[in-house]
Amino acid sequence: MDNAQLLISGLANGCVYGLIALGFVLIYKATEAVNFAQGDFMMLGAFVTIGLTNTEYMGLPFWIALPVSLGIMGALGYLVDRLIIRRLFGESQTAVVILTIALGFVIRFAAGLIWGHEPQTLQSPLAGKEVRLGGLVLGMEDVAVIVVTVLLTWGLYVFFSRTKLGLAMQGASQNQLAAYYMGIPVKRVQGFIWALAGVVAGIAGILFAAKGSVDPTTGLMGIKAFAAAVIGGFGSLPGALAGGLIVGVIEPFASRYIAAGYSQIAPYALLLAVLIFRPHGLFSQVRVKKV
Amino acid sequence: MRIVFKTNYMQDIRPWKDRYQLCLYLALIALVAAAPWWLDAFYLGELTNVLIWAIAGLGLMILTGHTGQASLGHAAFLAFGCYANVILIENGVPFLVAFPLSGVLTGIAGVTVAIPALRLHGIYLAIFTLALSILMDDIIVLAEPLTGGVAGKYMGGVEIFGHLVDRWATPEQFFWLVLGAAILVTLGYINLLRAPLGRSFIAVRDSEVSAQAMGVDIARTKMISFALSCAVTGWAGALMGLYAGAFNNETFSVVISIQLLMMIVIGGLGSIHGAFLGAIVIGFLPQFLSIAKEYVGAAFGGSTVAIPGLEFGIFGMILIAFILFEPMGLYGRWLKIRTWFELFPFYRKDMFKRQKSYLRTERLR
Repeated sequence: MDNAQLLISGLANGCVYGLIALGFVLIYKATEAVNFAQGDFMMLGAFVTIGLTNTEYMGLPFWIALPVSLGIMGALGYLVDRLIIRRLFGESQTAVVILTIALGFVIRFAAGLIWGHEPQTLQSPLAGKEVRLGGLVLGMEDVAVIVVTVLLTWGLYVFFSRTKLGLAMQGASQNQLAAYYMGIPVKRVQGFIWALAGVVAGIAGILFAAKGSVDPTTGLMGIKAFAAAVIGGFGSLPGALAGGLIVGVIEPFASRYIAAGYSQIAPYALLLAVLIFRPHGLFSQVRVKKV
Repeated sequence: MRIVFKTNYMQDIRPWKDRYQLCLYLALIALVAAAPWWLDAFYLGELTNVLIWAIAGLGLMILTGHTGQASLGHAAFLAFGCYANVILIENGVPFLVAFPLSGVLTGIAGVTVAIPALRLHGIYLAIFTLALSILMDDIIVLAEPLTGGVAGKYMGGVEIFGHLVDRWATPEQFFWLVLGAAILVTLGYINLLRAPLGRSFIAVRDSEVSAQAMGVDIARTKMISFALSCAVTGWAGALMGLYAGAFNNETFSVVISIQLLMMIVIGGLGSIHGAFLGAIVIGFLPQFLSIAKEYVGAAFGGSTVAIPGLEFGIFGMILIAFILFEPMGLYGRWLKIRTWFELFPFYRKDMFKRQKSYLRTERLR
């Protein structure tokens, strides 16, 4: 029973990692760039919702604040692309990597200025409720995290593999020139995907803030989400979720069964192992391309 | 405009362009070497710090600026060099042996890491090195008998031929030690760039396919680049340890890695000047900010309240501005200004235009 409880809390944590990883993968899938600030986007999403909902700030009802904050995050993602990332169109990926790291610093600084550096929790209607399943006691937040993540991943997967826009996005990333020939507005598609990544970061932030407390450095958790995305094989949406779940489940079990000091290494050791033995992840999407 | 009239093939590969340039740099070295006489103790210490960062920047520049492999984990090698140096000295190895050896050991560690990392490129390598940098923190704690764990280690001065060289007791000697190391590394770097090896680094950076077509062994080149980069970074780490005096697992955190990468971007990727210019920005930004804050506080009558994270916020904004408006960094800006004067009035806006390319990937789904 103990192990089952560990498993559930690990899965819920893993879903949050998976959601951040989804943000990485979305942007990677459509623009071949990696947004190192995705974790900070998530932190910002959490704080925007806290700012709208919590009684010490604006005190709006949760169900009104929810769409508003997602809208804000989407607009923010779009603006980041429109004002900053789009200027780097056609330059190397490394430039975008460094740029988004710098962006993360700025977001962290701004969040600290606006909301302070104290850990805060979202006052959501889910807090404190429990679900009993057999002998297991599950927090309502944990259940919500798992359900929302699975639905979102499924939805995005269908979006990418079935809809015209999703296919256009894949085309835009695989060969920009050919995509232009096919009439895909590559830059507009890129702006849309950044907005979508902003919304996903917002959802991750809300779920994370409902489960635990956030402070401006929470975004550094994004590094663990990297592990998730890499394990899943950057570029695969279900892979990102699976990677997130693996990392999330490994953590509580490692801290329970492996000596202290070694346990927090586990996710990174796994990341290194995957990079060494299967550089393109467990759900690889790379085949050797003939020229 | 000066035109160098070349009459000899050696002039093409000579480290300096002409005698004028050589004299300029010798004068600069003389001026900096005389710093203890025209700088007070505080700024001498800051200048030493800048030089140490510049050495670290040169180390990363080999890998990122000239071979085109972005590393987010060079703090791990700084830590390795620092601990290797101190542990060797503690075991009775004289500093003049321990210091070079610490770099060599770091280089060997770098190669060990490079072998799996070689198959990765682009963001995968960045993430790999990022994970390495995070792991290094834990490894230092776990290797407590060797490294002192969380309590860390303390390193006072070192002795060179019976002279005490210490950051606090004899700051001048320590400054000259660092300056000497910086000059040696820079000379080595200049020579590397005019040798076939350095050229092959640049070839790999610009196009792996073309480099391979020209007969460059890409895996080997990348590995040597990694090794050299790590060795130089290890020396910088050893000096950093001496400069800091006390250090533990948190001294060389991931933030240092990222700062190092940002430093060379601000300075100008792919130029030796860039490492030094970036180090000046990194070294003096905190001082500049605190002075600016006092000034602003005095001007508007506000309190000089400390804003946490201000340094990194400003730093991030500077970096974003640089990547957007001056991707070639401070050195690139200087080149443009110089060319403008040299060619006046014939300078044109697009002279330094960078080639943009459409993106293609290896993914099939």
